[in-house]
Amino acid sequence: MQTQMTPLYRRRKLLNRLVMAACIGATLIGFVFLFAILLTLVTKGLSAISPSIFIERTRMNGGGLGNAIWGTFMMTSLATILGTVLGVAAGTWLAEYGNKGLLPKVIRFINDILLSAPSIIIGLFIYAVVVVPMGGFSAWAGVLSLTVIIVPVVIRSTEDMLRLIPNSLREAAAALGAHRWWIIVRVCYSGARAGILTGILLGFARISGETAPLLFTSLNSNQWNFFNLDSEMANLPMTIYQNMTINAFIPDLVSLAWAGALILTAAILILNIAARYFSRQRT
Amino acid sequence: MTVDFNLNANPNAAEAPSAPQARAASKLRVKDLNLYYGQFQALKDITMEIPERQVTAFIGPSGCGKSTLIRCFNRIHDLYEGIRTEGQILLDSHDIYGSGVDLNLLRARIGMVFQKPTPFPMTVFDNVAFGIRLYEKLSQRELEERVEWALRKAALWEEVKDKLKQSGQALSGGQQQRLCIARTIAVKPEVILLDEPTSALDPISTGYIEDLINELKKDYTIVIVTHNMQQAARISDITAFMYLGSLIECDDTTKIFTQPKESRTEDYITGRYG
Repeated sequence: MQTQMTPLYRRRKLLNRLVMAACIGATLIGFVFLFAILLTLVTKGLSAISPSIFIERTRMNGGGLGNAIWGTFMMTSLATILGTVLGVAAGTWLAEYGNKGLLPKVIRFINDILLSAPSIIIGLFIYAVVVVPMGGFSAWAGVLSLTVIIVPVVIRSTEDMLRLIPNSLREAAAALGAHRWWIIVRVCYSGARAGILTGILLGFARISGETAPLLFTSLNSNQWNFFNLDSEMANLPMTIYQNMTINAFIPDLVSLAWAGALILTAAILILNIAARYFSRQRT
Repeated sequence: MTVDFNLNANPNAAEAPSAPQARAASKLRVKDLNLYYGQFQALKDITMEIPERQVTAFIGPSGCGKSTLIRCFNRIHDLYEGIRTEGQILLDSHDIYGSGVDLNLLRARIGMVFQKPTPFPMTVFDNVAFGIRLYEKLSQRELEERVEWALRKAALWEEVKDKLKQSGQALSGGQQQRLCIARTIAVKPEVILLDEPTSALDPISTGYIEDLINELKKDYTIVIVTHNMQQAARISDITAFMYLGSLIECDDTTKIFTQPKESRTEDYITGRYG
């Protein structure tokens, strides 16, 4: 057995160290930026956070973010519910029934495009087909544009997760005399539930931070609007944007925007952690 | 094995004169069965009978069509495109390939256990209850009794009685396969098809399942596909040897293993190919 270090072995060892160092370096750069972002948000946003920020509405002289948080929660939740119904149904069809013919291929292709479509285009689309004909901005239009964004995410994760269910399980259920839809509902969904839920949560996190589609649809408002979906509704991303740009001369509104950014980031972080938790529950 | 050419006669009447050694009545009769995967013919003119409440084993080298044939008995092939069958399979004299056959009802009468254990992603209890709930409306107590009955029959009850609420997928491989057998029995089928049920299991689990098959044949007609000739010899009453999509020979197991009629059967069981 060779016990001495040959030149070849020494070179390999050196290369190994170099690549390792490059990998760690790249990871560190990523971490530095991530922590820089979080640090900025915390230092600038934390000071403005108080209980009243969740209760009061935004005013020209400050106030809170209650109406924007409510509006974002409302529109994002409605869009997630709509998107889940549509997306799970479509994803199920693609995975369980769409194996032949051109139609599923076309749907899959369009879905992939939609998945990476710039969200401002989707906002513009809803503006043209909903806002203009209805004669005004509305929360409904906002919900619809967010739905268009979340649907492809849910379709994709539903299809992928159902495809992970081995065919042998479908065969076994069929061999007991179960109908096809019952096999899907009882066997396939119980196996894919964690994955589908993860996809929905990630989609929810994604649309909760979308700004561009809301710009053309629900716009923004500094009034409380709880359930009137026919008129404008406040939301966090737009409030952050407006406070930082057109209202940037009012210091209170700027610090409110930082607080809003921190709250939004924290919410998305929690959703992502929840998604990871659920995906690990898979048996 | 006798060949029944008399298609229209009462099956029970036709049985008596042709059955050697007062063999049990036929539960399944296969008549001129051909099966094609697209252009490829996987089964060629299969004609045979499966006796009631006995164990019929199919042996043969890989790709000989034994799994393909057993999968015809519950028409599980129908789940897939591009598979075409010709001929008849009679279950108690009714053609299961005839018109108006409800596949789900058929599969409730002819249960199947697969090569790899296939517990559903749900609790042990729900796994066994799955098939029962499809066809019977039982009270919770009756359901519990039935599940226990099936698990006892599958010789699994003692091992899982405290784990009924756990995931069926958390059991060991041998337990999973017995769970699948329990799930199949729970529906009270008439025929149980076993497609290489022990090939993924260790010898001890295999022993359990072979004992189980011996027990089950008192009540059920059992058809088993196996790669293991010793297994066929140990547990079956009838053995059918298949080769390249054809049924070469089908007879009492002792005859097949001691004095086969066909030289190809003899070559296979003595290990000359396979």
